[in-house]
Amino acid sequence: MKSENAVELRDIEMHFNMSKEKFDSLKELFLRFVTRRLMFEDFIALNKVSFDIPKGDVFGIVGLNGSGKSTILKIISGILTPTKGKVETDGTIAPLIELGAGFDLDLTARENIYLNGSVLGYSKKFMDEKFDDIVEFSELREFLDTPMKNYSSGMVARIGFAIATITKPDILIVDEILAVGDFKFQEKCEQRINSMINGDTTVIIVSHSIDQIERLCKHCAWLEKGKLKMIGDAKEVCNAYKNQGTN
Amino acid sequence: MNNKKGMKKIFEDMKKFSPLLINLTSRDFKVKYRRSVLGVLWSVLNPLFTMLVITQVFGHLLKVSVPNFATYYIVGWSIWNFFSEATSLSMGSILGGASLIKKVYMPKYIFPLEKCLFALINLAFSLIAVIAVMLIQGVYPTWTALLAPLPILYCFVFSVGFGLILSAMTVYFRDIQHLYSVLLTVWMYLTPVIYPVSLIEDNAFMNTVVHLNPLFYYVDYFRNVMMYGVVPSLVDNLVCIGIAVISLVIGGFVFSKAQKKFILHI
Ligand SMILES: Nc1ncnc2c1ncn2[C@@H]1O[C@H](COP(=O)(O)OP(=O)(O)OP(=O)(O)O)[C@@H](O)[C@H]1O
Ligand SMILES: [Mg+2]
Repeated sequence: MKSENAVELRDIEMHFNMSKEKFDSLKELFLRFVTRRLMFEDFIALNKVSFDIPKGDVFGIVGLNGSGKSTILKIISGILTPTKGKVETDGTIAPLIELGAGFDLDLTARENIYLNGSVLGYSKKFMDEKFDDIVEFSELREFLDTPMKNYSSGMVARIGFAIATITKPDILIVDEILAVGDFKFQEKCEQRINSMINGDTTVIIVSHSIDQIERLCKHCAWLEKGKLKMIGDAKEVCNAYKNQGTN
Repeated sequence: MNNKKGMKKIFEDMKKFSPLLINLTSRDFKVKYRRSVLGVLWSVLNPLFTMLVITQVFGHLLKVSVPNFATYYIVGWSIWNFFSEATSLSMGSILGGASLIKKVYMPKYIFPLEKCLFALINLAFSLIAVIAVMLIQGVYPTWTALLAPLPILYCFVFSVGFGLILSAMTVYFRDIQHLYSVLLTVWMYLTPVIYPVSLIEDNAFMNTVVHLNPLFYYVDYFRNVMMYGVVPSLVDNLVCIGIAVISLVIGGFVFSKAQKKFILHI
């Protein structure tokens, strides 16, 4: 891996074996086996995708629904293992794939902050130190000891974002999370992301808001049906993406 | 990834995610005990009530004759129940952790392991009931009771291995959850929890089955140190350790093979 790169993807392929009718029980497997209908349909969600993301870059990924954007982010963060190809990353990764992952809604926010911190691999001591910052940022101090099932979804998202961005990771991965929350919270999130960008953090953003990509990103990749259609300067790629179909 | 790097990653992960293990366990604990007012008290009373029913039915109606039957039963039951609870909870643990697994990288064995730890805490509470019954019946533990952590540890390792296999299989075949609860019922009757081994010794087939049952050795070991004041022999220890290690090795192997595709099925 080249030292100037934060992420290197080489010929990444992701196949999903979708059986024609999904089965998840022994009974069905058995029935299918005796009736010889054990057929799988190979679905290729990513097809030979290769690109590098240099350190300190702000990298956007655009594409229509189902083009494989979330899949590639999951591969970069190690949640999914690609079927073929090689992925290499350098540094700590904070994935913001879905805010509030790992909250147990029966527990209070206070308990959940510690639980979620440990999900991201932070120690109790570290969370003790950061606890006030998290509460401050989420502006939910008076609800700290309420079970989170009584929270609104925006409130859950606030706490999730606050925890996930409490460290300066080397690589920050953002999947459409900026779409949730009220406008004030969105502004606050963007500010925080910007402050990370100004540090040395490499940021990878997926968004359906082309304005946001153009505003934040330096480079951009465009995925179409699992293939890399275009990569390069964010403005150029976004323009091409916006103009598809119009010509 | 070569093997050396793989091992290093496993150890790094263990260190990094040990707070998660603790937090998940304490979450289970809070969720279980906060809901009911009786809370912890209930987990002590519950085995006592069951014990009363069982000793009445089996002791008086079916004339199972074991000295200090109540103690005999509850000591054996506590180990059996630990195993049964640890493995049943492990079973659904990967599916239960699906929302986490889909969004963040983490070692997935944490989920079954956590359920086994939680069952261990519950065992600690049922031991209160065990001691109470022993004192009431006048079966006073001797110094050998200090060895009690050993069979518990052996059985814990065995349960983790078994739980790893079950949790991985459940991801692919959800219906084994129902099959397993049936299997557990049969298994319990093949473990001398409610009856003495002497009862089946004459039946060669049953005798073989019981002696092939790993749980028999853990239950036996636990009774020996808790109520009979017997120090288990080296062979007893080696058998218990052997079974536990085999279970853990097979479990670890099956789980590590299966886990790569978990995310596609949860
Ligand atoms: N676990 C899975 N099993 C089967 N197919 C999957 C799985 N995950 C994703 N896919 C398929 O892979 C394709 C790409 O999905 P992905 O979530 O990456 O799209 P996306 O670009 O993020 O779309 P969106 O803009 O809607 O978020 C989709 O067709 C989806 O159905
Ligand atoms: Mg997506």
